[in-house]
Amino acid sequence: MINLTINGKKVSAPEGSTIMEAAKLAGIEIPHLCHCPGIHTNGSCRICVVEIEGMKKLMASCIVKAQEGMVVHTSTERVRLARKIVYDLLISNHPKDCMACARNQSCELQALGGTLGILETHIHGEASPRRVDISPSITRDTRKCILCRRCVTACHEVQGVGAIFAQNRGFNTVIAPALGKPLNSVDCAMCGQCTVVCPTGALTETDGMEKVWAALTDPTKRVAVQVAPAVRAALGEEFGMTPGETVTGKMATALHDLGFDDVFDTNFAADLTILEEGTELLQRLTAALTGGEAVLPMITSCSPGWIKHCEHAFPTEVDHLSSCKSPHTMMGAVIKSFYAEKIGIDPKDMFVVSVMPCTAKKYEIQRPEMQNDGNFNVDAVITTRELARMIRTMGIDFTNLEDGSFDAPLGFSTGAADIFGVTGGVMEAALRTVYELVTGREMPGSNLHLVPIMGLEKIKEAEIKFENVKPEYAFLEGVTAKIAVTSGLKNADVLLTQVRNGTSPYHFIEVMGCPGGCINGGGQPRIRNNVPNYKELRIEALYNEDEGKPIRKSHENPDLLALYRDFLGEPGSHLAHELLHTTYTPRGHFNEWLDPDFQRKQAMEEMLIAE
Amino acid sequence: MEEVKQTTDIVSTEDILLQRIRQVAANYKGKDGSLIQVLHMVQGVYGYLPLEVQEIVSIELGIPLAEVSGVASFYSFFSTQPRGRHTIRICLGTACYVRGGVTIVDILEKNLGVGIGQTTKDGMFTFEVARCIGSCGLAPAISIDTVVYPHVKPDEIPGILQSWYKKDEEEGVF
Amino acid sequence: MGRSKGTKVFALAGDIVNSGIIEIPMGISMREIIYDIGGGMKDGKKFKSVQSGGPSGGCLTADHLDVSVDYESLAAAGAIIGSGGLIAMDENTCMVDTARYFMEFIQDESCGHCVPCRVGTKRMLELLQRMTNGEAEIDDIENLETLARTVSETAMCALGQTAPNPVLTTIKYFRDEYIAHVRDKKCPAHVCTALKEYSIDPEKCKGCGMCARGCPVGAISGEKAQPHVIDADKCIKCGSCKSVCRFDAVILT
Repeated sequence: MINLTINGKKVSAPEGSTIMEAAKLAGIEIPHLCHCPGIHTNGSCRICVVEIEGMKKLMASCIVKAQEGMVVHTSTERVRLARKIVYDLLISNHPKDCMACARNQSCELQALGGTLGILETHIHGEASPRRVDISPSITRDTRKCILCRRCVTACHEVQGVGAIFAQNRGFNTVIAPALGKPLNSVDCAMCGQCTVVCPTGALTETDGMEKVWAALTDPTKRVAVQVAPAVRAALGEEFGMTPGETVTGKMATALHDLGFDDVFDTNFAADLTILEEGTELLQRLTAALTGGEAVLPMITSCSPGWIKHCEHAFPTEVDHLSSCKSPHTMMGAVIKSFYAEKIGIDPKDMFVVSVMPCTAKKYEIQRPEMQNDGNFNVDAVITTRELARMIRTMGIDFTNLEDGSFDAPLGFSTGAADIFGVTGGVMEAALRTVYELVTGREMPGSNLHLVPIMGLEKIKEAEIKFENVKPEYAFLEGVTAKIAVTSGLKNADVLLTQVRNGTSPYHFIEVMGCPGGCINGGGQPRIRNNVPNYKELRIEALYNEDEGKPIRKSHENPDLLALYRDFLGEPGSHLAHELLHTTYTPRGHFNEWLDPDFQRKQAMEEMLIAE
Repeated sequence: MEEVKQTTDIVSTEDILLQRIRQVAANYKGKDGSLIQVLHMVQGVYGYLPLEVQEIVSIELGIPLAEVSGVASFYSFFSTQPRGRHTIRICLGTACYVRGGVTIVDILEKNLGVGIGQTTKDGMFTFEVARCIGSCGLAPAISIDTVVYPHVKPDEIPGILQSWYKKDEEEGVF
Repeated sequence: MGRSKGTKVFALAGDIVNSGIIEIPMGISMREIIYDIGGGMKDGKKFKSVQSGGPSGGCLTADHLDVSVDYESLAAAGAIIGSGGLIAMDENTCMVDTARYFMEFIQDESCGHCVPCRVGTKRMLELLQRMTNGEAEIDDIENLETLARTVSETAMCALGQTAPNPVLTTIKYFRDEYIAHVRDKKCPAHVCTALKEYSIDPEKCKGCGMCARGCPVGAISGEKAQPHVIDADKCIKCGSCKSVCRFDAVILT
């Protein structure tokens, strides 16, 4: 333990603590800005500076380690004045129209002004050259950037993508893609992790609310909404509720109160995905084990951030991806065919909204493949954060709502669907069905859980041995299926490199683009600074939902079975393929695969190397 | 000299340069911290660092393009625009500034027809500021490539520039 | 002399007779360097300031000529030895312009990582530009000082921490010059173009018209053999009139 004095108080802090951490133990929260637990500390904002006796300059408390016998003052006149001037400098290069900003009242820069007691600003001058860049998922407004570089760390170190970086130098520094290109023209996965860590309005999700409001007030439209599993585990946080509390009932009520004509549950489509994807897996395994052609390992495809990243970084491996659409786009296709037909509405007059923990879904819905019969499967995506805004705008008193429920026939779901929002959940849900299909028995494990693939480790593996199988699956007798689960694009790269090299030992891989799964998606509430174990809490919430349901296997969902019986036929049917399956677009890191001349150039280069 | 094989497509000088760049960069794959060095060498081969060249460096070193572009744009030595055959550097270090360096800037701008950081239309000169060329006793000083012009006077400038055109003509550069 | 032992190499340059690389024993005086080794100021001009340590260093005055040249003594005076650059400046140097020049360099070199240097030195440069353009207000000197001190105390690296040195030393030792720029909108050294004013002394002017003919913007008018007048609104302060006048009638203030 290190013993030091902070503001006259004697503090004992563990070895290796920073002054800021030691101060927290003494009940002192030193004001800070760029510091972001779990992302980075780079000491660049200089707000957290403190006076250390014996040192000439003020030192950044987030970086400097506590030393034995140090005497620290966190709030002398000298320090307070320095912080105010540094803050004044920061906002002299920042727009002052907070009232018209998406982060009004949730902006960390705004909050810091309150903490520091700023009553006037004195410094004025030129603003850095900047621009606004609107991509389908993420909007960049570099005028609002304070150059804390959390986004760069999230993109490079956490996700391993590196679509943005500091360009130019000094006062002209701007965080942007290469050569200042728009985000939509580079290999950004649209995962939105940058928007979660950004302290200001510089990086936000591209607005989806306006389209939804317009549809809700358009008398010619029937507006259906669906909600992803991860949303219910976090929406309450936006209203001050305890993290880890699911708010399914209140959420359903709120959606009805917002005026949606149909309130469906994406969970229903998660069950649907399991049936389609499980069938596909079995088809590939069958082919592989009976002398046919099959591409293995098969990789899950419900994460559009992961899909886009795969298309850029591993364009040669897209055949490994399951051909299944993601659950919400499957749902959209079903709503505009099965449901529209059922209630006698022209699909053109159906407007489908998805509430997602995800920013990449905004990109996904405008992909040309996500259409059937000339209608896009889903018309608008709003994030969990945007839904909370709409609830507030409507004046709904969320925390005091009565519990409501989702609408039939697309509202019922099993416990297997809820766990789609956590890393390992899709795999577990799939295996609950596949195992039973193949053996006729329930999957062995603790309470239908496959423990080795649960939790926040980077890459998780397990093996499933198929024994005493049903006669039609005889070729699987004695086969040990190897599976892997990962989340976060950096970890996905490890598994995909194996796949590309031909050394992957797995049959089935689950990949979720965001670390921890959808519960930590790019569209989720920003509470990481205040609740360090927020991922664990949200994960637990969804497993609780699963365990609390009477039906926990997708293939036992009665409404889903009715959909097949009355409309789709059977999993993998022709209609199912048309509506619920998709294709992928190899892109390459520089979108070079999209260039028709690309193949020709590749051939020429191979020739040059040979010379 | 490479043999030009009979093919349906002719391999251009451009392609040969790009192939050299690929080889240079590939030598440093996996070596942490080599990006700046590689960019320096590559600019030496190609003359500047356009997008295509940065993409090659990105792929060969396994570094995201945004980072390659970020580093290239950070250092004033790297250029994403083609440079002139010769680089004129006007020293604006303290000694040269005090001895009238700014006047020389004006004269050069007038004679070259371009501003600081730009290249003349005929591709002859790139005009840059140097923060010190280490010849404070020779202030005010300019350098063209490796030649230093000490105690340079404003009316000497046109003659100096002309001498470079003459030299290039004699060497058959045009 | 303390810890400064042996000799030190300096680069002596500026408005001085002998410029070049010199090696001197630590502890000799600045006077010896400027006058004995340097041969004094060029063209017989008056010594005004010596800048020691480049953009991270400080500007010293004639009062410091007897300061011992060593690490501690120079630091005590507000300058640094740094890389050993010594620039002698004569009476035709404007110290506010010099501070602005150094801040331009700092802004070019600032990496942009930390707020105080990235934005702080930019705002300091803007203040100095306003001063040399005659657009500053009297509070701006104090604002500049406060900003300079904060940048020095909070910057992440030595570039930002020492960037304010030229500003702080010139304000300390040449405050009158700053006040002239800010309050009177005048540059005593006649360097800052925006603050120059050219006028014709009617007593000395013979009305020869040389100045009017040479004026690139036609700002000078007058009848033959009558005192001429410069239109201040048109004047671009190029100084051609002063250089052609044989009667010393053009006054620069």
